[in-house]
Amino acid sequence: MKIAILQFGGTNCDLDVLHVLKDVVGVDAETVWYKQEDLTGFDGVVVPGGFSYGDYLRAGAIAARTPIMNSVKKLAAEGKPVLGICNGFQILTEARMLEGALTTNEYPKFRCHWTNLRVETVDTPFTSKFRKGEVIRMPIAHMEGQFYAEEKTLAELDENEQVVFRYVDENGKVTDAVNPNGSLENIAGIINTSRNIFGLMPHPERASESILGSDDGVKVFESMADYITENF
Amino acid sequence: MQYQATVRIEQKAGMLDPEGTTAKRALGQLGYQVSSVKTAKLYEIVLEAESAEIAEQKVDEMCQKLIANPIVHNYTIELKELN
Repeated sequence: MKIAILQFGGTNCDLDVLHVLKDVVGVDAETVWYKQEDLTGFDGVVVPGGFSYGDYLRAGAIAARTPIMNSVKKLAAEGKPVLGICNGFQILTEARMLEGALTTNEYPKFRCHWTNLRVETVDTPFTSKFRKGEVIRMPIAHMEGQFYAEEKTLAELDENEQVVFRYVDENGKVTDAVNPNGSLENIAGIINTSRNIFGLMPHPERASESILGSDDGVKVFESMADYITENF
Repeated sequence: MQYQATVRIEQKAGMLDPEGTTAKRALGQLGYQVSSVKTAKLYEIVLEAESAEIAEQKVDEMCQKLIANPIVHNYTIELKELN
């Protein structure tokens, strides 16, 4: 098994993800510069966080239109898992691989702090190691994290159980007070209908070792690795 | 022919405009009581095309593909012939 970690100009969470995959989870992973357009031999992709192309136009807009994203779409069409974290989530929505859009936080400030998340579904290649309804901790670090989708899309996301994580309080309750960015229905992460493309604003790679304050995030990568082992 | 397209991009109705809201608050602190502040983005694109129609069509395509995000934005295109 080998997982590709994409690098665009301005990506800055690539090496954290590489460390977690190789040293914590113990699977083979490699960073891939965006100019290398061929992803042959990879069984999954992580689009990590950062500020690709200075967030010009809109966060993720430029990276989403680079040729390597066509290879990511091809790999996803084979059913292989694609994980977008923070700017990676923004890139996947801009590439129309995920529904909706991520816009400027309701209070337009860079929010960088821990959040509590409720696991809404374990029926995904990225959350199979969690329990449904479990409250987990991961940090966020973003200014454009307000999830927006048209009403119809939002209803479909709910109906198809495509919402994976929501911002909640310590008791697992969805409240406005713990919504860090004004996201509709406190949405922190969603998956596509085929359930192999997942995007989330919180950073699982920054919560993958207990010395960092939480190791809940490692289960996202472990779930992904298990899925690849079982299917590819 | 050379044309200049002025593309104006704004948030769709009903969407939050955090930058506008912040500007309104700051104006209030300076003593200006205004009813609302909305922000928009402007792009000036110069291009060669055989006719104004083709130029507008091309710019519209550019908006759909990159310049705007149709999920959250409305946009208008104003075209002017150069030289």
